[in-house]
Amino acid sequence: MAILELKNIYKTYSPDKEYKGEILDNINLTIEEGEFVAIVGFSGSGKTTLVNLINGLLKPTEGEVLFKGEKVEDTSHERGVIFQNYSLLPWLSVFSNIEMAAKEAFPKESKEEVATKVKNFVEMVGLTHAINKFPKELSGGMRQRVSVARALVMDPEMIIMDEPLGALDALTRGNLQDEILRIWETNKRTALLITNDVDEAVYMADRIIPLKPGPNATLGPEFKVNIERPRDKTTLNDNDEYKKTRNEIIAYLMDLGEEQAATTSDVVYELPDIQPRDYRW
Amino acid sequence: MKDSIIKVIRFIGFGFLEPLIRLISGEETKKNTKETFNKIGAPILSIFAFLLLWNIGANSLYNSLADSKIEKAREVGGDAEAERIKNIIISAKDKLDGQFIISDDIEDLKKLSEANIHAVALKNDKGTYDINYGLSSDEKKEVPVTLPSPKQTKNAFYTLWVDYKIVRADKKAFKEKTAKLNEQRVADGKNAIVYTGRPSFVDQVVTSLKTVFAGFLLALLIAVPIGIITGLSPTLRTSVNWIIQIFKPVSPVVWLLLVTMIVTTLLRNSEGDSSFIISFISVGLCSMWATLVNTAMGVASVDTDYINVAKVLKLGNFQKIFKVILPASLPLIFTGLRITLSVAWMVLIAIELLAQSPGLGSFVWEEFQNGANDSNAKIIVAMFIIGLIGFALDRIMLFIQNLISFEKETI
Repeated sequence: MAILELKNIYKTYSPDKEYKGEILDNINLTIEEGEFVAIVGFSGSGKTTLVNLINGLLKPTEGEVLFKGEKVEDTSHERGVIFQNYSLLPWLSVFSNIEMAAKEAFPKESKEEVATKVKNFVEMVGLTHAINKFPKELSGGMRQRVSVARALVMDPEMIIMDEPLGALDALTRGNLQDEILRIWETNKRTALLITNDVDEAVYMADRIIPLKPGPNATLGPEFKVNIERPRDKTTLNDNDEYKKTRNEIIAYLMDLGEEQAATTSDVVYELPDIQPRDYRW
Repeated sequence: MKDSIIKVIRFIGFGFLEPLIRLISGEETKKNTKETFNKIGAPILSIFAFLLLWNIGANSLYNSLADSKIEKAREVGGDAEAERIKNIIISAKDKLDGQFIISDDIEDLKKLSEANIHAVALKNDKGTYDINYGLSSDEKKEVPVTLPSPKQTKNAFYTLWVDYKIVRADKKAFKEKTAKLNEQRVADGKNAIVYTGRPSFVDQVVTSLKTVFAGFLLALLIAVPIGIITGLSPTLRTSVNWIIQIFKPVSPVVWLLLVTMIVTTLLRNSEGDSSFIISFISVGLCSMWATLVNTAMGVASVDTDYINVAKVLKLGNFQKIFKVILPASLPLIFTGLRITLSVAWMVLIAIELLAQSPGLGSFVWEEFQNGANDSNAKIIVAMFIIGLIGFALDRIMLFIQNLISFEKETI
């Protein structure tokens, strides 16, 4: 059964203006339970807007987002979010950052139960030695692990990852990819990964959907990844299926890029009439 | 050991001592010698340069006033009179800039006749001091009173210090004398007799500190909650904006008058002294604006990432404010509080002066009205004490900020 459905999503930030600022148009997507779906796209193509529509931080201008058949009106503990820039609260320790999420998700549990839960998840992401440290004392990879633990501790039915590994170096990135896959495989949650890295998408996902660049970004045709799990990074490069899927997607995206460049070169953009916000009273 | 010492001195805001400690422990001698000079040597040199300039300026003012006095004497009494006045002024200058002796040996009194002795504070059998000044009555009459030199200021400081000891001993004696009587009075349901003698300089400082803290607390209790509320709601922000814009630039003096109008009306039937209440409320109202504006700005400009986290985790309003918004805006709130405290200390002197409330302000005013030989020097002492206390208060705020805020500031 479909856990998440996007129906004819249209999103614009300033509907009244002549320049409409359309970000997304005609987005249709269905994600089945337990699936690992990746959305790949150029930077600036509206990926983060799409994520915020799904997790409930934004509302679509037209169309609807259905989660388990119900319309998404607000954020929910059922959809855990891992942000691109970690978004850990710098004044709280690793433990407290995760504990805050656990307390909110399970308000009826006692302090000890919450603490055990937090400790389990910290152990799962391999940060037990750093449980009392503060975010600024951690490396980028460690911070993203905390962010993963914070999203998972709420026991969400779906994990939404917005370029979670974008800011990490290649080695840490590979490690965390494996870790996220391991966690996903043990819990068999639905996962949605937004990324700009085709290799990462092919390595991790069951299904890959390219996002055509905005304005009026929309989803392209999907590509199925028929590689058996567990996938092995070291031999993957020699796998014909991997090479084929990867090359298809890259070719598609490159074409899109050229098309985009050709169509937009003559367009004259009128800048929106916006003023900087002044906090000085 | 060394590292923990450095950590501690950094934490309490004495980071400038760090290279010296490293130098003593023999670490990177060349680099740390340079650092020590930059952080300790250079400031000390600049202090000496300042004292030198001050001395030159004060002496030239003294001499120009002296010259005109001598000329006047020449007009009135001829060359002999001018010569007499000139000698008096020269010997007076020596005594003004001379030594201040604190002693319990009566033999030291004889030193008063020497040329460069400012005063001798002699311990008496009551345990307090008698101050004997070196200036003769003629010298007192003729000495030019202008900007005091650093040495005069130093002597005024000693005078105030000895005076503090005298008043302290006096108070103690009073307390012992009235202890029994007061017990009796309290038992009878009457008010105890309190010391009503002259306050010492230290008492004035303490009174001023009390006033400034009361005012600061008032500012904190008004400005922080209102700042948070207005920061959270754009509607409220625009609705109180005009109040802030109009009242923020109002002068401390006008605040004092306004508060006096209200407080004297409210307390018309009470007998106590309302000057303390008036001055601390005025101080609070003058100084709270920086905190109000900074708090509102801090709360309104919390990083959207943190707000998104709060939304995704579905934090309740209470949690959202106390776990996310307040910690995120603490650095700005503290910046506001630091400005508030320094403004409070700055306006305090003027307000005490006008409100006739005891404290440093009235001390300065009384000395100015007094016009004694060392009054100006005492005013300069008060000026330095005021500056040092203001500096110390700011350091204390920085210390508290570093204790509870996640962002460390070092300025």
